[in-house]
Amino acid sequence: MSTVHLSFTPDPAYVRTVRLVAAAVARRAGVADELLDEVRLAIGEACTRAVALHRRHELTELIDVSMIDGGRFTVRVVDRGPISSAEGEPGHTTTEVMAQVAAEAGGRAAVEEDLIMAGVGLALLNGLVSDLGVTAAPDGSGTEVRMSWPVSRRPSQ
Amino acid sequence: MELSLATRSVSDHVVLEVGGEIDVYTAPRLRERLLELVSAGTKHVVVDLAKVDFLDSTGLGVLVGAHRRLRASHGTLSLVCSHERLLKIFRITGLDSVFEIHRSVEEATAGGSAHAARTGA
Repeated sequence: MSTVHLSFTPDPAYVRTVRLVAAAVARRAGVADELLDEVRLAIGEACTRAVALHRRHELTELIDVSMIDGGRFTVRVVDRGPISSAEGEPGHTTTEVMAQVAAEAGGRAAVEEDLIMAGVGLALLNGLVSDLGVTAAPDGSGTEVRMSWPVSRRPSQ
Repeated sequence: MELSLATRSVSDHVVLEVGGEIDVYTAPRLRERLLELVSAGTKHVVVDLAKVDFLDSTGLGVLVGAHRRLRASHGTLSLVCSHERLLKIFRITGLDSVFEIHRSVEEATAGGSAHAARTGA
């Protein structure tokens, strides 16, 4: 089993960096080519959510990402933000999320979109990744978003 | 630059051709350009996603916001997208029933308010 671990300052500019690294590690781990788009998108969503959470609560702590090449390819994204009730439960349908957001939204365009994105991001993650877990971070404050994909191994020599 | 934006007029539509990746970092520029178009009084906007390699929930949020604003001012916003990898995202989020999604700019700008061409099931 091998691991690639990275931590990044909560800045939108780095989300793409993490996507690229994750795709490279996934490919090396043996994740099928046709799943790589999904891997990129899912990790991007998890990191985007973490960045938004840190910024909303003015946290400067780094966001941690670990990518593990084991029986499956597993990614864990850990943030240090509080779990909000609106987005703490994956499983809400997009329709429910959008209806809630429409009811709550008012004010500036960017704020409205932030509310939409917080819900849609998680709904998208939920729809994309069959193995998704959102739990309290193992070491205390924050949330861990864990997702995994199957790998196909080449037979060893 | 990871995102390119170019506008042109086709009949009574403004076509905004987007290229590259639309994510949390690049989406604000797209939002800004769409806001400029709305402020300038543009009524019919077509966002051409043919050259977009990546689209995430932030990008979706920008498109939803622009859609709402245009509808509020009695305008329209439609999308051009034929790549399955992007169409899938609209389907998963249910936004394929919110947006008019066309296969080409020609289709999007023909006949004004034609009914949506739904993507293949």
